[in-house]
Amino acid sequence: MAPILEVSDLVTRFYTFDGVVHALNGVSFDLQAGETLAIVGESGSGKSVTMMSLLHLLPMPPARIEGGSALFHDDSGTIDLLKLNRAEISRVRGGRIGFIFQDALSALNPVMTVGRQIAESLERHLGLGHEQCRRRVVELLEKVGIPGAKQRYRNYPHQFSGGMRQRVMIAVAMACNPKIVIADEPTTALDVTVQAQIVELTQQLQRELGIAVIWITHDLGVVAGIADRVLVMYAGRPVEIAPVDDLYDHPGHPYTIGLLEALPRMDAAGSKRLISIEGSPPDLMAPPAHCQFAWRCRYAFERCWNEVPPQVSVGPQHHITCFYDVNRERPRDNV
Amino acid sequence: MSEHSVPPAPGSDVLVRVEHLKKYFPIRKGAVISRLVGNVKAVDDVSFEIRRGETLGVVGESGCGKSTTGRAVLQLHKPTAGRVFLEDTELTALSPPEIRRLRPRMQMIFQDSYDSLNPRHSVRKIIAEPLVVQGVMPADKIRDRVVELLELVGLQASHMVRFPHEFSGGQRQRINIARALALNPDFVVCDEPISALDVSIQAQVVNLFEDLQKQLGLTYMFIAHDLSMVQHISHRVAVMYLGNLVELTRRDKLFHDPLHPYTQSLMSAVPIPEPRLERKRKRIPLQGEVPSPANPPSGCVFHTRCPLAQDICEEEPPPYREVLPDHWVACHLADGRGGSKIAVEEIR
Ligand SMILES: Nc1ncnc2c1ncn2[C@@H]1O[C@H](COP(=O)(O)OP(=O)(O)OP(=O)(O)O)[C@@H](O)[C@H]1O
Ligand SMILES: Nc1ncnc2c1ncn2[C@@H]1O[C@H](COP(=O)(O)OP(=O)(O)OP(=O)(O)O)[C@@H](O)[C@H]1O
Ligand code: SF4
Ligand code: SF4
Ligand SMILES: [Mg+2]
Ligand SMILES: [Mg+2]
Repeated sequence: MAPILEVSDLVTRFYTFDGVVHALNGVSFDLQAGETLAIVGESGSGKSVTMMSLLHLLPMPPARIEGGSALFHDDSGTIDLLKLNRAEISRVRGGRIGFIFQDALSALNPVMTVGRQIAESLERHLGLGHEQCRRRVVELLEKVGIPGAKQRYRNYPHQFSGGMRQRVMIAVAMACNPKIVIADEPTTALDVTVQAQIVELTQQLQRELGIAVIWITHDLGVVAGIADRVLVMYAGRPVEIAPVDDLYDHPGHPYTIGLLEALPRMDAAGSKRLISIEGSPPDLMAPPAHCQFAWRCRYAFERCWNEVPPQVSVGPQHHITCFYDVNRERPRDNV
Repeated sequence: MSEHSVPPAPGSDVLVRVEHLKKYFPIRKGAVISRLVGNVKAVDDVSFEIRRGETLGVVGESGCGKSTTGRAVLQLHKPTAGRVFLEDTELTALSPPEIRRLRPRMQMIFQDSYDSLNPRHSVRKIIAEPLVVQGVMPADKIRDRVVELLELVGLQASHMVRFPHEFSGGQRQRINIARALALNPDFVVCDEPISALDVSIQAQVVNLFEDLQKQLGLTYMFIAHDLSMVQHISHRVAVMYLGNLVELTRRDKLFHDPLHPYTQSLMSAVPIPEPRLERKRKRIPLQGEVPSPANPPSGCVFHTRCPLAQDICEEEPPPYREVLPDHWVACHLADGRGGSKIAVEEIR
């Protein structure tokens, strides 16, 4: 397996009237061809800003990408997404990199038929002719499970239910044979039964087409079902990256441990009291001068208040951003 | 026998009893002379009881009528039909001033902690408001009560002088809870009280709800769409579908041995945070989409999507009945011997 995307040291800030929001403080991760990488983390931890930085979707100003690179490898070579100009990125976006947002209604144009919207993207990225496009769109709508696709082609977004609109978004994202699909909380607004259908559909298409998926969510149950690897974000940094079984079996970062402990479990007998992480996430207006989790961390010691922890490897593909070794119950000596 | 049986008459342990509750919202057309063209049957004949000191969870998909039920029980919506009792008092027979007098005993907590707090008021003013409005306490005692309430929900007296925007989402929800508890209610309807909060904060607030229940003997109706959280906090759980109550029982029975086909599908869709288990999970998929509550299907409202639907299901609404002790189900096939169980392999 070869990485298809390598993000290194991404730094994004917002220059607002109230001050500088340090939204991303060095985000590094890679994505392997065909895999599903789940990104989890609290509200405001930088999940969306990471993806929007890569796709040039942030409002600038106030946003500024102040460092890092995002190397995208495919058959035609390697490009740094962050260095592309407006025309170049718009060719990649919706083409080789598809995306799906939480709110399908605002992502779809309300005054254009659903069929037309998908067709337009096909025309732009693949240069298909009109009739060819139509046929391909109907095929796509059928593929994402929209009954009566031929008739539905002429419908407007408001004529679809939330789940159906999300299926349309998936069709749009998959339309141009992408290598990567980025899905930002695609099921958060949906009921669980519809969520289960969307998850299944995405997985089936992904397997069929060999697409790598970045799936942003805050639902650790969904992650357990879909992810190959998981990236946990906190205050604008990845605090843990690990294969999914490793992460749930041997979480190594105190925040990940806390998150997993805080979950109620449907399959567990009886109800134990939930273990909560006290406190709340930090204000991002000050540049990080120490571990951003220190206020809430039960393992914090002096060093945590003086230095920003680096990312260390604790196993194959398992990286943790922390000074403390929770398994051996003492500070790590190799960092 | 009437079409729907009603749960047993209130014993000493029943705090709230709901009988054949309906809430329809009229659909009108025409700007000048509007005429009635139909009804949204948001809640269509539900009966249940809530026992003193218990948490009754209410789950179901968006639009199935959970919030409307909660509001109609508290008389925040005037029910279209049916009766609601708080102990032996029939709320549905009371005049507005009489309801207002009972209001302190029944409170509601909403999802959006930001919208429900006045941004221009200090925390002290927000929490004191119900005490002032009800005039139940001399002015000089109110400050002490506010301090007591803040401490009860895990905040400090010093927070009194601050304003809502100075708090995090979890803290704002604590302020909401403090306000709802100001008048010593017996019964609190919590409508998605943790949905807007992050996982790590949800646990804090859920623990607070549980602690307060133990300390103060509160009774909750807990509405949420996060089924694993509902299972965690509830003693019994009610499942709604398209304005109907389809199943109600103890939470462990509901989650491990659901009898209604809709509940079975719902439970199978809830992801479990355990990768090895979750990857092998079998779902019970439903065909089609939820029908409109303005035009619900005949017979069993679930028949258009039910994998087990029979001819009778299209014609006759199934009675809501106690199939097993303390296990209420509305399904023709439910017999407590597996008659309404969907074989997962068959579905695939
Ligand atoms: N346009 C903006 N101006 C100022 N700050 C912003 C802007 N957009 C995002 N931020 C800030 O950047 C930080 C990261 O936000 P981001 O949207 O990436 O969070 P997230 O992890 O996606 O959260 P959620 O789970 O709520 O979607 C937050 O502190 C947010 O307030
Ligand atoms: N004030 C109203 N006027 C007209 N229709 C209403 C009103 N309030 C609710 N409804 C309708 O009644 C039905 C039930 O709504 P309700 O808000 O009770 O659902 P819910 O189960 O709480 O859903 P959610 O999970 O989305 O909060 C829906 O079809 C809704 O559109
Ligand atoms: S670096 Fe220190 S404060 Fe930060 S998570 Fe690790 S132990 Fe806790
Ligand atoms: S009554 Fe019939 S349609 Fe309704 S849930 Fe039971 S089997 Fe399904
Ligand atoms: Mg986001
Ligand atoms: Mg509601």
